[in-house]
Amino acid sequence: MSILVYIENIEGAFKKSAFEAISYAKAIGELTQQEVQALSIGQVDETELNKVGKYGVGKVIRVNTDKLSQFQNQAYAAVIADVARQVGATSIILSNSFSGKGLAPRVAAKLEAALIDGALELPTISGSSWEFRKSVFSSKAIATVETSAATKVITLNPNTFEAKEADTPISVEDFQPSVQDKDFSIIIKDIVRATDKVALPEASIVVSAGRGMKGPENWGMIEELAEILGAATACSKPVSDAGWRPHAEHVGQTGLAVSPNLYIAIGISGAIQHLAGVSSSKTIVVINKDPEAPFFKVADYGIVGDAFDVVPRLIEALKLKKG
Amino acid sequence: MKILVCISQVPDTTSKITFTDNNTAFNTAGIQFIINPYDEIALSKAVELAEGGQGNVTVIHVGEAASDATIRKALAIGAYEAVRVDAVPRDAWFVANQIANYAKEQSFDLILTGRESIDYNGVQVGSYIAELLGIPSIAIAKKIEINGTEATIDREIEGGKEVLSVSLPIVIGAAEGVAEPKIPNMRGIMGARSKPLQVISPIDVPVLSTIKQYESPAPRGAVKLIEPDNVAQLVELLHSEAKVI
Ligand SMILES: Cc1cc2nc3c(=O)[nH]c(=O)nc-3n(C[C@H](O)[C@H](O)[C@H](O)COP(=O)(O)OP(=O)(O)OC[C@H]3O[C@@H](n4cnc5c(N)ncnc54)[C@H](O)[C@@H]3O)c2cc1C
Ligand SMILES: Nc1ncnc2c1ncn2[C@@H]1O[C@H](COP(=O)(O)O)[C@@H](O)[C@H]1O
Repeated sequence: MSILVYIENIEGAFKKSAFEAISYAKAIGELTQQEVQALSIGQVDETELNKVGKYGVGKVIRVNTDKLSQFQNQAYAAVIADVARQVGATSIILSNSFSGKGLAPRVAAKLEAALIDGALELPTISGSSWEFRKSVFSSKAIATVETSAATKVITLNPNTFEAKEADTPISVEDFQPSVQDKDFSIIIKDIVRATDKVALPEASIVVSAGRGMKGPENWGMIEELAEILGAATACSKPVSDAGWRPHAEHVGQTGLAVSPNLYIAIGISGAIQHLAGVSSSKTIVVINKDPEAPFFKVADYGIVGDAFDVVPRLIEALKLKKG
Repeated sequence: MKILVCISQVPDTTSKITFTDNNTAFNTAGIQFIINPYDEIALSKAVELAEGGQGNVTVIHVGEAASDATIRKALAIGAYEAVRVDAVPRDAWFVANQIANYAKEQSFDLILTGRESIDYNGVQVGSYIAELLGIPSIAIAKKIEINGTEATIDREIEGGKEVLSVSLPIVIGAAEGVAEPKIPNMRGIMGARSKPLQVISPIDVPVLSTIKQYESPAPRGAVKLIEPDNVAQLVELLHSEAKVI
């Protein structure tokens, strides 16, 4: 019995959520006295691999064949399941990222494992029974899920478990997986990635704006605020429906669910469908000119005022603070 | 082209979510159920494809007879026929096994799901079905184009997209942008009544996990209001009190 954590990279650099997953795996390892091994698929250099040790996991299994240099859902799932079997892993941990979401059910099905998606914290373990808490009903509720299955696939939501440094020397072992040609049936024609921007699902700060901004031409200050904070930008549904912002920025019940450390809502009323996707943020700041806006009910800090006046001042204050 | 669209029904998005039986069961009293919004997008895409050429759209739902109204709505939007697997949709693994079991004898070219159900938000059913059928899948697609037996798909990735091409059959989870949701017209609604709705029995699937308890998220304390001309105070609070910047 051991724990396997799959760590995702983007073009050779591990994602922040990968380090969170390592720390999470390590904590479960300590709880259950099991060894933890990390699995990296694709081209990742030594310096980057050494970062795995920084978060306390010393054993890294590297799968690096030409064919696997780019993400392939079926093939990656086959590799993860294959490695899990080889090393006798009974808990397999993945990030609940866009790629992780596509992998986890396949890995679980291959291993006849229970799938716990979007774990919010460490499990409560008694004997063979593990209990996890996870969000359901688009963050309108939390469920406790119990499993006694021998093998478990667990996905961890970004920003829910802090990556903790714990320097450990690493040893890297290369692994030759068994994959079949039919696992490579998808052809990647193009990858479009805005590299200069913070990715919304993983962002620890999100600056979000709604219809109160009046039009797309006013997003300059939203982007400036986000840049100063190192934040990702998001928006309400009508804003993306109107084409003011791309669909990928739409958060809420029918958009992306996010749980950053800080969510700043500007000119958003706080409709129940919007709140469903953002209410699990740790700290919420609302800027709205209407004191009756429902968003204030779930906010930690609020400013009743005109965004066109408040946001530029906030930018100035942050610049001053930064020095 | 044979298309299968997987339809779930979920509480209307304005619903307040509460629980009964000592917080062990979802309280359905007073809840209005709707087609999962993403499934509506998937279905609209399927109908669009079928209308644009030859093609046949079947919808499948795992649920009890109480869902028949939701299924009729799917037929009104433009599905040709419907299948209901008569069982409580216990979890994604159970649902996917039912759908894969039905689909394996039917040779569908395209199986569409929503990217996720807005009640249990698993993003699981589609990938499970694909794995059970041994075919490729895209969990979250922002755009789908079909050209003969080839599909071109935009897959959502952090901060961008991948453009993929693949030969059918495939399972795809539809997200926003895939199609404009179609609203059923009068003819569709009338026609839906006479379209076939087949009810089939479920197969046995082992239980791997169960939900034991629900809770509502912890309420936040009262909001701290800051004067608009004193934003420096907000910056200070975020730094020293909330410790988020
Ligand atoms: C099935 C369904 C699903 C939905 N899913 C989602 C979802 O996932 N995400 C989502 O966001 N919505 C969703 N909605 C829509 C939701 O119900 C609301 O309509 C939407 O969130 C409102 O967006 P908004 O707050 O930007 O706009 P509005 O409700 O128009 O609010 C604008 C706000 O800006 C404030 N304002 C105006 N001018 C200024 C100013 N100068 N300075 C400061 N404040 C100002 C106003 O006081 C107001 O509170 C969904 C709706 C349905 C029916
Ligand atoms: N009971 C069900 N019957 C049919 N399809 C379902 C059911 N539940 C979920 N699905 C499909 O699977 C998708 C993803 O659901 P989930 O894995 O719960 O997020 C949904 O958008 C539906 O297309």
